[in-house]
Amino acid sequence: MVNVIWASLIFIAIIYSFFTGNIETINNGILTHAETGLNLILDMMPLIILWTGIMKIAEKSGLLEVFSHFLNPLLQKLFPSLPKDHKALGYIASNIGANMLGLGSAATPFGLKAMEELQKDNPDKTCATEPMITFLVLNTAGVTLIPTTVIALRMMSNSANPTEIIITSILATTISSISGLTLDYFIRKNKKRRGVK
Amino acid sequence: MNTISKIIIPLFVFGIIFYGVKKKVNVYDTFLEGARDGLIMVFHIAPTIIAMVFAVNIFLDSNFLEGVLSFLKPVFNHMHLPMDIVPMALLRPISGSASLAIMNDIFLNYGPDSFIGRLASTLQGCTDTTIYVLALYFGSIRITKTRYALPVGLFADLMGIIAAFIITFIFFG
Repeated sequence: MVNVIWASLIFIAIIYSFFTGNIETINNGILTHAETGLNLILDMMPLIILWTGIMKIAEKSGLLEVFSHFLNPLLQKLFPSLPKDHKALGYIASNIGANMLGLGSAATPFGLKAMEELQKDNPDKTCATEPMITFLVLNTAGVTLIPTTVIALRMMSNSANPTEIIITSILATTISSISGLTLDYFIRKNKKRRGVK
Repeated sequence: MNTISKIIIPLFVFGIIFYGVKKKVNVYDTFLEGARDGLIMVFHIAPTIIAMVFAVNIFLDSNFLEGVLSFLKPVFNHMHLPMDIVPMALLRPISGSASLAIMNDIFLNYGPDSFIGRLASTLQGCTDTTIYVLALYFGSIRITKTRYALPVGLFADLMGIIAAFIITFIFFG
């Protein structure tokens, strides 16, 4: 799926700019955008290393389990196939918590770590498991309580009330997440009924 | 609001290390162990990020979206709908920085407190960059068969966009 999107983006870009005489821009883009990607990695790298280090301490001291206990009733419903004390649940709880507070830079390393833990008991390492997909849907829906970047930009644009969109954002993100999780739930249920793994 | 988010991270870091010391964990060695894992993680996600950033950016450079949407402009004008929100909604699942840039343009042209300004804010805040997150999370553990993950993620985005429209209309319309 990502395969198709990736190829389509590139094909469309190159073919369209051939026809519109924009090939010069694409030529420059091909040469410079690898560097744009590298800069993004370099921006993320120190934070990922820092947070995985800090979280390892939380994992060893047992604090991570305490985190997941907080969200246990919710996690139990979302990830019925995971045992209560699964290591991934602590990271999932931390990821959800960080996302809700608008701490995106901390949420990503927690999420990557959760995926790594989920991958450990995956029989087919190339194929996504059900808990992985549920976790991903939760993340792509982006459950954010405080959209910090948007508020900052509204402030800079001299909004009379920069934070007035918090309530609309929360409502919209709730509807988006619930729709995604509901669809995910029914797909899982349907697969189980038909006896497909 | 701002001060709260400023003290959360220091408190969080303090709490974790304090709890570790209390439980007699060798916190420094453990940090290094985790940080090494983190470094490996960065190596695993680097190819994914370069691949996605490259494809998305040359797609944006080609101005394909503007070209296609210019055909739709008369239709939208006729229905009194703000056209500028459409490219933003379409780009939201693909590129967070591109949709953020469009939101900023909307703020400049219409003001952040206009209907379209509020709609753009809600749209930006209500969902994450689905395709990027999917490529990143699955790429880091080398999952290639993503099964039904993308359709479900995009469905959630679509519902978020529709909800953003309706809710902004109810609150500020």
